[in-house]
Amino acid sequence: MASRLMALWDWVDSRMPTLGEEYRKHMSEYYAPKNFNFWYYFGALSIMVLAIQILSGIWLTMSYKPDAALAFGSVEYIMRDVPGGWIIRYIHTTGASAFFVVVYLHMFRGLLYGSYKAPRELVWIFGVLIYLTLMGEAFFGYLLPWGQMSYWGAQVIVNLFGTVPFIGPDLAVWIRGDYVVSDATLNRFFALHVIALPLALIGLVAAHILALHDVGSNNPDGIEIKKNKGPDGKPLDGIPFHPYYTVKDLAGAVVFLALFSVVVFFVPEMGGYFIEYNNFVPADPLVTPAHIAPVWYFTPYYSILRAVPPLFHSQFPGVMAMGLATMILFFLPWLDRSPVKSIRYRGPYWKFAVTVFVITFFMLGYLGTEPTTVWGQFGFDAFFLDTPDVATWGARVGTVIYFLFFFLMPWYTARDTVKPVPERVTS
Amino acid sequence: MRKLLLILLFAPLAALAAGGGYRLDRAPINPNDLVSLQSGARTFVNYCMNCHGAQYLRYNKLTEIGLTEAQIKDNLMFTADKVGETMKVALSTKDGKAWFGVAPPDLSVIARARGVDWLYTYLRTFYRDPKTPNGWNNAVFPNVGMPHVLWTLQGERGLKIEKVKDLGGHEKTEYHWTQLSDGTQSAVEYDRTARDLVNFLAWVGEPTASARKRIGIIVLWVLGVLFIFAWLLKRSYWKDIH
Repeated sequence: MASRLMALWDWVDSRMPTLGEEYRKHMSEYYAPKNFNFWYYFGALSIMVLAIQILSGIWLTMSYKPDAALAFGSVEYIMRDVPGGWIIRYIHTTGASAFFVVVYLHMFRGLLYGSYKAPRELVWIFGVLIYLTLMGEAFFGYLLPWGQMSYWGAQVIVNLFGTVPFIGPDLAVWIRGDYVVSDATLNRFFALHVIALPLALIGLVAAHILALHDVGSNNPDGIEIKKNKGPDGKPLDGIPFHPYYTVKDLAGAVVFLALFSVVVFFVPEMGGYFIEYNNFVPADPLVTPAHIAPVWYFTPYYSILRAVPPLFHSQFPGVMAMGLATMILFFLPWLDRSPVKSIRYRGPYWKFAVTVFVITFFMLGYLGTEPTTVWGQFGFDAFFLDTPDVATWGARVGTVIYFLFFFLMPWYTARDTVKPVPERVTS
Repeated sequence: MRKLLLILLFAPLAALAAGGGYRLDRAPINPNDLVSLQSGARTFVNYCMNCHGAQYLRYNKLTEIGLTEAQIKDNLMFTADKVGETMKVALSTKDGKAWFGVAPPDLSVIARARGVDWLYTYLRTFYRDPKTPNGWNNAVFPNVGMPHVLWTLQGERGLKIEKVKDLGGHEKTEYHWTQLSDGTQSAVEYDRTARDLVNFLAWVGEPTASARKRIGIIVLWVLGVLFIFAWLLKRSYWKDIH
């Protein structure tokens, strides 16, 4: 049997040597640093969640109807009458949030260990493109259940484009295909969600990995393992990705799947954070919900949007701030002027900045899920208080800190004290 | 459109800011109590289904709460011919709008939208109010279009809402209930009727919920065993890496 398989492989290999070459290049002879820690699971897990979303999505598409009159009912049909439909749908709804969980952790890993710094700028840029595409993918998908939150969430986001000076209103109509979010909008969002953006995602993920494998992986010490090669030309601190990291990631994947399953089988709504309660009310263009909140993974940016005061009755400055908050990620490799990569060898300025940034990001995220009155109102009135809501001012402070983290980075990373970086990786 | 956006983003959310309103009671429901679910189904079909449907639930799904198809056909099917049909309502949306101001919503997933505590409290807090078109009002859902359909069971009640200041000077609302006429059920019996109905609506919201949890436990066991093998595999491969 084994010899027959070998013969089959030889037959393929002699006709298409690319397969073997690529396998060696990316798996069995891709040398990854041997000191990967907990934070290094989330890249592989992101790919796994992408696969989960594509597969569960294909099966959902078999029963879903992208039609304003039928969409809500077809989701309930999947939940009730399609055999195993409920499990496929919960996998997909949980997968959407899980995707952002693993991607945020993956990005945070990059921040901790300076993985975006030279020579990995392109890896980072492809990563940010993946993140932005994923946001679009999540936004388009969220309209499909055609519940109240689907509908009004889409209404709010599309209206953001309407704030662009001069062309805004026409742009919003062009996006919707109608004057309000309607059947036409649902159909085009469906097309974008099931084919356009997934294709883009797969292409970007491929570019992300190819770019990574050309320069090699970073590690918790931020050391280039290619600088220390043995007589055989292989990095002394590197081990082949396959089998070492495939078996390690397998164990990590099982733990991840267990956590994933806890959500899918026991708390699929996750207290309203993964599936919002109001989305069990069918979309009604005539009834605006009292409180519109995007799903948790958008809320830091939603907070920034709400925090910026309107100018000349236009919300455009807030929209600009929100756009800038995401676009600034592209420039991270050049904003960070520190001579070392890993936080292990950086000084107090950087550690303080990252800590404050993480706290701020969580605070903005929390405020974005709540009405602006959540922290009550100021008891006094003053000319500079355009709104008495404490939470709005909290979000404003958070927004300023968010941008200061990036804008001041060239200054505090250049001035920061650094520790000597060891020659070889530590275990 | 810009105005709409401003309203959406910056509306002080009057409804929420008002302070939540009536305090909700915890619904003492039990999804494993088949007698309660069946009793709730009976109340649902006899009272709610005059106006509300459960259009995503098929009658024969009720076999999962311990009813036979014959029982369903003889006792619960008034608007359908075949047991595989969904629980649709005869009332049209247009008539509903004309009679109640808003069309009575479908109740298939109402328990998931509103939550069981809200439903349980709502069903028990109707009161007589001469100012509304149908003579009824509700403490949880002020000026609701729905009259008190279960009033023959609960009887008529009156409610006086008072704004008072507590010792700290904070304004709070006090609710004073009075029983104006007796219904066919005592207060305890009526609470049980409401409990059973909410229990049933929670089941209707997600009939697969109990299967979901059962399967989930098996899945977690399988993953637990798989993890042991995955970990051993990792450990044996990594023996030589220092």
